[in-house]
Amino acid sequence: MTNASNDNHLFRPNSYIGRTVPRPNAKRLLNGRGNYTDDTKLPRMVHVAFLRSPYAHARINKIDKNQAIKAPGVVAVVDGHDIAEVCAPWVGVLAHLEGMKSAEQHALAIEKASWEGEPVVAIVASTRALAEDALELIKVEWDILPVVTDMEAALGEDAEIIHESLGDNLAWRRTMDAGDVGASFDHAAHIIEERYISNRHTGVCPESRSIVADFNSADDQMTIYQSTQAPHMMQSLFAKHIGLDTHKVRVICNDVGGAYGIKVHAYPDEFATVALSYMLGRPVKFVADRRESFLSDIHARDHRIDTRVAVTANGEITAFEIDDWTGVGPYSAYPRTSAMEALQVLNFTGGQYRNRNYKGRATVVYQNKTPMSQYRAVGHPIVTMITEGMVDDAARAIGMDPLEIRRRNLIADDAYPTTSASGLPFEKLSHQASLDKLEKMINYAELRKDQAAARERGVYRGIGIATFIEMTNPGVASYGVGGAPITAQDGATVRLDANGNTTVAIGVTEQGQGSETIVAQCVASALGITLDSIKVITGDTDVTPYGGGTWGSRGAGIAGEAAVQAGKALRENILEVAAIMLQTDADSLDICENNVINHRDGEVRMPLSEIGRICYFRPDTLPPDFQAELVATRHYVPRQYPFAFTNGVQGCYIEVDIETGLIAFKKYCVVEDCGRVINPQLVDEQIRGGVVQGIGGALFEECRYNDRGELLNGTMSNYLLPTMTDVPDIEVAHIETPTSESELGAKGAGEAGTGAAAAAIMNAINDALSPLGGKVTQQPFTPERILSAIGKI
Amino acid sequence: MTTEKRLISLSVNGELQAKIVEPRMSLADFLRIELELTGTHVGCESGVCGACTVNINGQTARACTILAVQVEGDEVTTIEGASESGEFRDLQDAFHARNALQCGFCTPGMLMMSAELLTQNSKPCRQEIREYLSGNYCRCTGYEAIVDAVETVAQTRNARVGEQDD
Ligand code: FES
Ligand code: FES
Repeated sequence: MTNASNDNHLFRPNSYIGRTVPRPNAKRLLNGRGNYTDDTKLPRMVHVAFLRSPYAHARINKIDKNQAIKAPGVVAVVDGHDIAEVCAPWVGVLAHLEGMKSAEQHALAIEKASWEGEPVVAIVASTRALAEDALELIKVEWDILPVVTDMEAALGEDAEIIHESLGDNLAWRRTMDAGDVGASFDHAAHIIEERYISNRHTGVCPESRSIVADFNSADDQMTIYQSTQAPHMMQSLFAKHIGLDTHKVRVICNDVGGAYGIKVHAYPDEFATVALSYMLGRPVKFVADRRESFLSDIHARDHRIDTRVAVTANGEITAFEIDDWTGVGPYSAYPRTSAMEALQVLNFTGGQYRNRNYKGRATVVYQNKTPMSQYRAVGHPIVTMITEGMVDDAARAIGMDPLEIRRRNLIADDAYPTTSASGLPFEKLSHQASLDKLEKMINYAELRKDQAAARERGVYRGIGIATFIEMTNPGVASYGVGGAPITAQDGATVRLDANGNTTVAIGVTEQGQGSETIVAQCVASALGITLDSIKVITGDTDVTPYGGGTWGSRGAGIAGEAAVQAGKALRENILEVAAIMLQTDADSLDICENNVINHRDGEVRMPLSEIGRICYFRPDTLPPDFQAELVATRHYVPRQYPFAFTNGVQGCYIEVDIETGLIAFKKYCVVEDCGRVINPQLVDEQIRGGVVQGIGGALFEECRYNDRGELLNGTMSNYLLPTMTDVPDIEVAHIETPTSESELGAKGAGEAGTGAAAAAIMNAINDALSPLGGKVTQQPFTPERILSAIGKI
Repeated sequence: MTTEKRLISLSVNGELQAKIVEPRMSLADFLRIELELTGTHVGCESGVCGACTVNINGQTARACTILAVQVEGDEVTTIEGASESGEFRDLQDAFHARNALQCGFCTPGMLMMSAELLTQNSKPCRQEIREYLSGNYCRCTGYEAIVDAVETVAQTRNARVGEQDD
């Protein structure tokens, strides 16, 4: 690998790497000229609405479609049996999650429905309103079945078995035992046990899931407009399950109104929409309404974790032990499964600490609720809540300052490369430097004084610190090795046109993070051109190189590197032509601000527009044996490390009103190390947006179910999201520890904010409540839970 | 179920429109489907999120909770109209410079509300900005950048007014 700092293009003074530039593609959104999937309108397009199961678990005895088919505007009424003839079922398991089992799942339920909201019948009509009208005319005879809701009861002797073919409700279980946990607990000065509960919540994308499928039977082409994070993955899946060759399926992803991991999964209603278009030979649109989104979008984070931590009298943490339970709905999600969250909880807990003794068990069970799977920061909020909760528990037990215990136990900055107790490889992290920076930034010593003074006045304030690790730049180990059609690589094609401008096509997608902007910054810097001369194309499987899309904090690190390498390759190609035209050596030339220049003195020799003109219109003036190539494609996949870990620390200062249980933020700081920062503003805004999503899960958001498995709050008025007045301004700072695996050195930053917010807030609340002997360990930390923790209610 | 369609006429972004609509059609659907003004977004269909905010006769309103037949004879401005007239170009520029949008789905509604705030209160403090916009959800930005952008525009407009006064 080349050493990044030696490359004069990426890091020379006028490079765009490390510079805040505004996002060119944001302008159309500001003018109301975005193009989201629901904005797509095609000739002969019809609309689908789904009859969804009103019960969490019920046998479908009979479906009477006769009245519905006669309703005004109705084009088709289709049930599970009909759709199964054109869309093959799937099973959401991956080979590397040994022992995992799940049941066959269909686009529309056959025989029985297993969660409230599972799609059962599809009605296609000329408008969505008419399709919804006709839904009321369908008669389904149901046999209501006993439900499984509680995750631990799911494995009880008398639990209803959701899928008989599986034998029980266990989806997957894995254990881990590193070092000597038993001996550590035997010799510990203190052992602290605690149960933590992470609440089920969901992404609530402002733009709900949307898809338009357009099958043209004349040329056997399926064109799909979809709000998705992973167009090539969806292309493979739609092709496979409808039975088309992949080149006959084109997935186009225009503007996406928020995704956060929710739109990286294959959903039954979206398969049904594609199947319906195939059956009808015309465009079919499905846009989930808000209630269907709450019932059918992936939920996440529903975990119950028993923890145990051992600490010596002088503050050395000598063992962590966890037992994690999670209920993931009735089916494992496809194709990423519903076990990744538990896997990451098991693998990542305690990963920032030196301790070598770690024991854990993760149990994933099926239940009759909406399926769970990956949502922004997969598992990390749980990992960080329990890890940093345990560390604060240990600190309190021995009377040590929370910063001090972390300082003693975090992996030292000069200890790399190293591994965690669970075996995670760490290339280079900066826990100590990050903690030092946060201490200054938040003004820790002053806050402690303020806290003490406030307590004198009967005001309860608390400081919460949460260090974290974050998995980014996932390599093939995440999904590819398990057999899923999910590529870890990304590719970029860079083309110089006849006027000297550049087009980049790349496999990642844009959901507002700024993917297209950072790709442009990478290409511009590597190639030597200005940003305004670049156009970036994403989200079209017919056009872009094969790529994984945008998830797992992979855009900057993986696609950014592909863009850099493609830009460099095109620069070489251009300089080869220029050298011939200028009758000099390519090594003596360079490109800067859209001109070929002398490497030595910077003298402008020729604009790129001249290169374009000659190569495209007057190649006769070039030597007969020379063919110019003004296009270059490069791919990149990390190989040395299975993923690039990042790290950081969040700190907040809050005040708890012990009469109302309400929380007010007084300060919120984040120090984050995502390696090379390409665009500081975009990174900071990823962190801020991420923190606020974390605050949502910590304080407000919860999918609440009754014991019949019915969702009680499936609207935006009773599922609470953080609003502008609920959240603080957030100060963000960086330590930059580039990965040496790539020339660019970037790691991911999209999930770090979300991953540690709940932990920081929980620790702050518990710090505030400690004089009152109260403690909260169940999210969301509602006023009610806070008041009951201090015995007020 | 459907009842008889009705003819409505109104002004949208300065253009007179006459259309026959079902009485149950929301203004948001009317704008998006009938007039193809897709800049008005629908996030919750229930008046909670603010994504569908438009301006009716000089006041913001949530187009998802109003029926198209209710705006008969009214003057409606959407993000498309406001963008073309340039009435809050400075807000759009400030949002752009400060990256006060990510996916952009909330943005048209945020801009409509921010513009209204600044006509009512030319010197809002950060808390006042947060309160005025608290009915508009943004799932991406964490809100701070939006507050910054609105604050910047208020300051710039005031500085301009100050210069004129001098
Ligand atoms: S769509 Fe109108 S307020 Fe949400
Ligand atoms: S920018 Fe995505 S919701 Fe506000």
